[in-house]
Amino acid sequence: MVPESLRTAVAVVRAQFTVSLAVQFQYRAAQAIWLVFFVLQPVLYLSIWSTVARSSGGQVGGYEPRALAGYFLCSMWLIHLTFNGVLVFFEARVRRGDFSPLLLRPVHPIVADLADNLAYKVLTLPLLGAATVGLVIAFQPLVAPPAWAVALVAPALLLAFVVRFVTTWLVALSAFWLVRTQAVIQAYLLLLLFLGGQAAPLSVLPGWAQAIARASPFPWMLAFPTELLLGRLAPSEAATGLGMQLLWAAASLVLLRRCWRAAVRRYTAVGG
Amino acid sequence: MSDVRLVWLFIRLGMLHELAYGTNLVVQVVSSTLGLVAALLLLLAMFAQTETLAGWRAPELLVVLGVFYLVTGLLGTLVRPSLQAFVDDVLRGTLDFTLTRPRDAQVLVSTKQVEVWQLVDVGLGLGLLGSALVQLDGRVGPAQAVGFVVALGAGILTMYSCCMLLATLAFWFVRMDNVLIVFLSFWEAGRWPVDMYPGWLRGTLTFIIPVAFATTVPAQVLTGQVAVVAVLGTLAAAGVLLAVARLVWLRGLRRYTGASA
Repeated sequence: MVPESLRTAVAVVRAQFTVSLAVQFQYRAAQAIWLVFFVLQPVLYLSIWSTVARSSGGQVGGYEPRALAGYFLCSMWLIHLTFNGVLVFFEARVRRGDFSPLLLRPVHPIVADLADNLAYKVLTLPLLGAATVGLVIAFQPLVAPPAWAVALVAPALLLAFVVRFVTTWLVALSAFWLVRTQAVIQAYLLLLLFLGGQAAPLSVLPGWAQAIARASPFPWMLAFPTELLLGRLAPSEAATGLGMQLLWAAASLVLLRRCWRAAVRRYTAVGG
Repeated sequence: MSDVRLVWLFIRLGMLHELAYGTNLVVQVVSSTLGLVAALLLLLAMFAQTETLAGWRAPELLVVLGVFYLVTGLLGTLVRPSLQAFVDDVLRGTLDFTLTRPRDAQVLVSTKQVEVWQLVDVGLGLGLLGSALVQLDGRVGPAQAVGFVVALGAGILTMYSCCMLLATLAFWFVRMDNVLIVFLSFWEAGRWPVDMYPGWLRGTLTFIIPVAFATTVPAQVLTGQVAVVAVLGTLAAAGVLLAVARLVWLRGLRRYTGASA
């Protein structure tokens, strides 16, 4: 028997998703603009590291140019599939009191954000696919994962999504205490950029930096699923990775429950 | 009150507003420093097995990075937040409150919002430039220094005109309120010299969104890779773009209809 709260949540997600899809379609030009960022950033880093590889005897961090192309194109897709726009509008929600109607709903506000996020991806994935065709022709990536790795990509992707979504929401919650969170958001995005494998494959970093990275949740959001998809992980490494993802997903969910209760107690708004 | 004094007033008001959020400022300093450390680490990793990258040596790359931080800080303090506020104003129809003021609308729109904590990036950029100059020891003469400052100024004006042109599109395409993301995405390419990118990207960064003029060219002038005379070209480009941005702005303004009471 499916519990009442779960059925309500699913119904809310479905309704919110449909509405959000319709609204976002009206702003499709703006959504397409976000794609410029999503496509350009990996292309920039790919170009830079390819130049480094060519000047350094054909490879950097164990990646030759075509493997680098595979890495950055895969990570482009993984970033897009796991990202969420919560950080962009959360501060305004708290500062302007837009949270009030959301708190009156029978489900947690995160459910609505989830639906909005899914609607955005449904809208923009076809465009990303079209861009990928061009990029594959231009950069000729090398992607050759073994069959077992391909099978593990779906759970790894789902776990990466959960870790990233919940962690982002946690960072956004700091708005309840700090109100002005731009610097905190920038710090978080920076950590994701360098420790998550967005700016460079982790193997390029010095050993101590890689150790710091693996102790943080960031590589488990991005670098691990990317390396899995590329077929660069041994089965034991893949198993450890999935375990770490589960660990961070559980830890972040527990933290979210605690912080959310504290946050709502702090929240006051006028009007709205 | 002259335009300059007005801008200075906005800056002071912006500073007062921002300084009320003290934690944000502290976190910003920490965050920017971390970002710089990480960027330097990546630079070290890049030069682990080679002396030059696309003809550029490590100190020269440091100059580019320093200029990048410097210009990012300068644009981020005044231009970017103001133009983003402008785009939001057009979307909501509240631009009227700016247009009814007795000063040139373009000046007001470009200076309305100040984010003081972005000046941290300016400080970091100057620090990077200083240390890069030490490593280049003695190869930078007075002519290069002057040429660098002029090229930098021209580059900043070019970037301003670009941002202005993009933001002005809001008059025609009201629902593209994140249009500045286009600029910011290409701006990230300014961290490294454009020579490191494939041909088609290099062309885009020189002729379509001329980020090359803001970071690569001033660095080339400072390190002597490009003759100081070339600076005149960048000044001309900046002048032309400023004029174009102004014309497009005036056309766009005629289209605007507000929604405020």
